[in-house]
Amino acid sequence: MKTYTVAFAGNPNTGKSTLFNLLTGMRQHTGNWAGKTVVTAEGTFTHNGKEYRAVDLPGTYSLYSNSADEEAARDYIIFEKPDVTLVVLDATSLERNLNLALQVLEITGRTVICINLMDEARRLGIDIDLKAMSKRLGVPVIAISARNRTGIKELLNQVERVADGTFAAEPLRIPYSEEIERGIAELLPLVEQSLGADYPARWIALRLLDGDESLLASLRRESLGIKSTISKEVSGHGATACH
Amino acid sequence: MAVTGIPLSEAAKGSVLEISGMNVQGVMRRRLLDLGFVPGNTVEVLRSSPLGDPTAFRVSNTTIALRREESSLIFGNPIGGNAR
Repeated sequence: MKTYTVAFAGNPNTGKSTLFNLLTGMRQHTGNWAGKTVVTAEGTFTHNGKEYRAVDLPGTYSLYSNSADEEAARDYIIFEKPDVTLVVLDATSLERNLNLALQVLEITGRTVICINLMDEARRLGIDIDLKAMSKRLGVPVIAISARNRTGIKELLNQVERVADGTFAAEPLRIPYSEEIERGIAELLPLVEQSLGADYPARWIALRLLDGDESLLASLRRESLGIKSTISKEVSGHGATACH
Repeated sequence: MAVTGIPLSEAAKGSVLEISGMNVQGVMRRRLLDLGFVPGNTVEVLRSSPLGDPTAFRVSNTTIALRREESSLIFGNPIGGNAR
C-alpha cells in the first residue's frame, strides 16, 4: 500500500505545528534539511486505514524570497513533489495568509487549504465563506480549530481525496500582464524541454522572468542530485536511496 | 511613477499611514511585498528599539520590525492614529 506524503506549509504562528503534532502525536522525529540549517519535523498518521507521511515545512510568508527557510519550503514542494501540500492559514488574518496559498497553488494543484484558528475568528465575529473560497481557488478549503480538535476529520477526508486523485483540482491560475504572459509563452517550451514535464513549467518560467537566482541554483543542484540518486539506485538494486 | 508621501522611517510613533509605494527593487522588494507592505495597505508605527533602530510596524495584523535601511525606502500618507 502506498504511503502518501503530506507537506505542511503556512505562515509563522498559524498553528501549523499544533495541527502537525495533533495528527502525528508521538510518531514523529526531527531532522535537518540537507545542506541547510533548517530543522524540520517528520511524522506519520493514519486515516481511513491509510498511512500518511507528514512533513512540517518551515513557517514562511512567501516562497519567493531568499531566506533559507523559504528556499527549503519551496524546494521541498517542487523537488520532493508531496502527494498533498496542506496550506495552513490563520482565519483571523486571511488577507496576509492567502499570499502564500496563492504561491503554492501556482506550483501545484495537489493542495488542500486548511483555515485554522476558527474558534478565534468566530470570537472576533469573522465569518468565512468556505464554499466561495473553494470555488475561487479550485481546491478544497476546510475550516478547523487544531486547538479544539474540530474539523480534523473533514480535513483528512479532503486530504485523502486529493492524495488518491478522487479530487482532480483545477487550481486558480493567476493571469499576468500581457507582457509577462508573452514572456511566459516564450519560455515555456524551453523550460519543458530542459526539465521535462515533472516540474511546474509555468511557475519556473515566471521565476526565470523574475531573475530568481536562488531557484536556478536549486535547479542546478537538483539536476546533479538526480544523477547521483539514479546511479545509487542502480548499484543498490532495490535498496532505498534515502535515509 | 512618482511615489508620494513620507518615508515610514520619518513617521511618528503611533501614527497610521496608507502605503503609497516603495523605492526598492529585486528580492528585497518582493520580500517587503510578501510581508504586507503593499500599496493601499495601512501600517501603524508601533515602537522603536532602545537604540532607535529597528522599528516595529503593524501591517496586515502582524508585527514586523524593519531597519531604517528598508523603512526609509517605503512611503506612505498619514491617515491618523495616535501620533504624539
